[in-house]
Amino acid sequence: MEQKRTKEEYKKWSQQQAPKSPKFKNSVMAFLVGGVICTIGQLIMRALLDTGMSKNDASSLTTLFMIFLGAFLTALNVYDDIGRIGGAGAAIPVTGFANSIVSPAMEYKREGYVMGVGARMFLIAGPVLVYGIFSSIIAGIIYYLIKS
Amino acid sequence: MGTRLGKQTVRLDSKPVIQSWAAIVGAKEGHGPLGRFFDEVIEDEYFGEESFEKAESKFLRETLSKILMKGNVSTGDIQYIFAGDLLNQCIAANFGVRESEIPFFGLYGACSTMAESLTLGSLMVEGGFAERCICITSSHFCSAEKQFRFPLEFGNQRPPTAQWTVTGAGGVMVGKAGDGPRVVHVTTGKIIDMGITDANDMGSAMAPAACDTITAHFRETGLPLNYYELIVTGDLGEHGKNLCLQLLEENGINIKEFYDDCGVMIYDRQRQKTDCGGSGCACSAVVLAGYILEKLSRRELNRVLFVGTGALHSPISVQQGESIPAIAHAVGIEMI
Repeated sequence: MEQKRTKEEYKKWSQQQAPKSPKFKNSVMAFLVGGVICTIGQLIMRALLDTGMSKNDASSLTTLFMIFLGAFLTALNVYDDIGRIGGAGAAIPVTGFANSIVSPAMEYKREGYVMGVGARMFLIAGPVLVYGIFSSIIAGIIYYLIKS
Repeated sequence: MGTRLGKQTVRLDSKPVIQSWAAIVGAKEGHGPLGRFFDEVIEDEYFGEESFEKAESKFLRETLSKILMKGNVSTGDIQYIFAGDLLNQCIAANFGVRESEIPFFGLYGACSTMAESLTLGSLMVEGGFAERCICITSSHFCSAEKQFRFPLEFGNQRPPTAQWTVTGAGGVMVGKAGDGPRVVHVTTGKIIDMGITDANDMGSAMAPAACDTITAHFRETGLPLNYYELIVTGDLGEHGKNLCLQLLEENGINIKEFYDDCGVMIYDRQRQKTDCGGSGCACSAVVLAGYILEKLSRRELNRVLFVGTGALHSPISVQQGESIPAIAHAVGIEMI
């Protein structure tokens, strides 16, 4: 069969006809879901500060609560539905980060705790950790050089 | 013994008979539009096993048993079994047929495995090397997601071109005698790669291969375009089906009135939220073994061109920036 189009042309032609993501709806849902998650975090922070805790401690403890919430909802088979609806609104907050570690940990349990859970639980979060820590180091060095 | 009709097509002059068939599916497929055509619906995605991979093996093993039972034969009556699946090293098939003691050819054709295995099994019978062959394949949504995409509990969004891997197994027994549907032509596909790199858009990657094989089939057999009452592709999905029709029309082949796609047929897209439709080895296999062969044996259909389609990439090839090569195998099945 003669190909009427080059590969580039075919890619463009097929993409033009592909069903498109509902970008506006997705953006609105990301805003709402992300907003709800962060509001929950804010309420927890407020409650902790009201107990007389220092800002630093309240902040750390809030993060811990939110990580637990993300992990817990992942284990309950709920967070994947939140993610499907909220997209980036569910992925960006720290609850999403917890989900990205707990979900492969659950998936790879059959392959054992060492090569399964241990090795694979950072399958998705790995790049975030590597490049997050790496850029922090660079930022730290630049800060140090500027300061001195 | 068969006649070669050009580069890709063979006419099987003895017209091997599809003597028996079976399809066992998961919950989503059972609740779909073709639900009542399947032999069994298994609600438990683990099928009582410890892992998804073991579950998929069990789907294949149970389907094999059912094919033998419905055909009134035992494993000793089968000369060859052709089987494959999507998993690395085809473990679902390997472990699924492990205890069968049947000489075994393991295949990888991705989602075209049903058409590929049926082709090879039929040629084996045509060549006089087998009385009966089993051609069978499986796939499982959970094991496929684990291998190709993301953990099940991960909160990612699927793009609208994505397809849903069918959970289940389907297969046939093809042999020399009987009054069932017959394999008359096989057109074997060659790999077609039009440079699609998006692993979430299999339809675009596979449509050119389907078009190429269907075009070759009609060119080499010389059959009129309206020879078949139904031409069905394996799993191009809504988007791929649309592309395939247009590509065929550009080749002067207009089959719109009697063309469908197993990926589109197997799910109710709106109700079951399956984006572009079903995919996976079992998609075309269960639609063939559940629905199409049933319709043929009742003579509600008399001539069907079954075109399995497969995407021959791997997660590694995609990560290395490679495009997705695809293939399509056509099998002409007729009631005589």
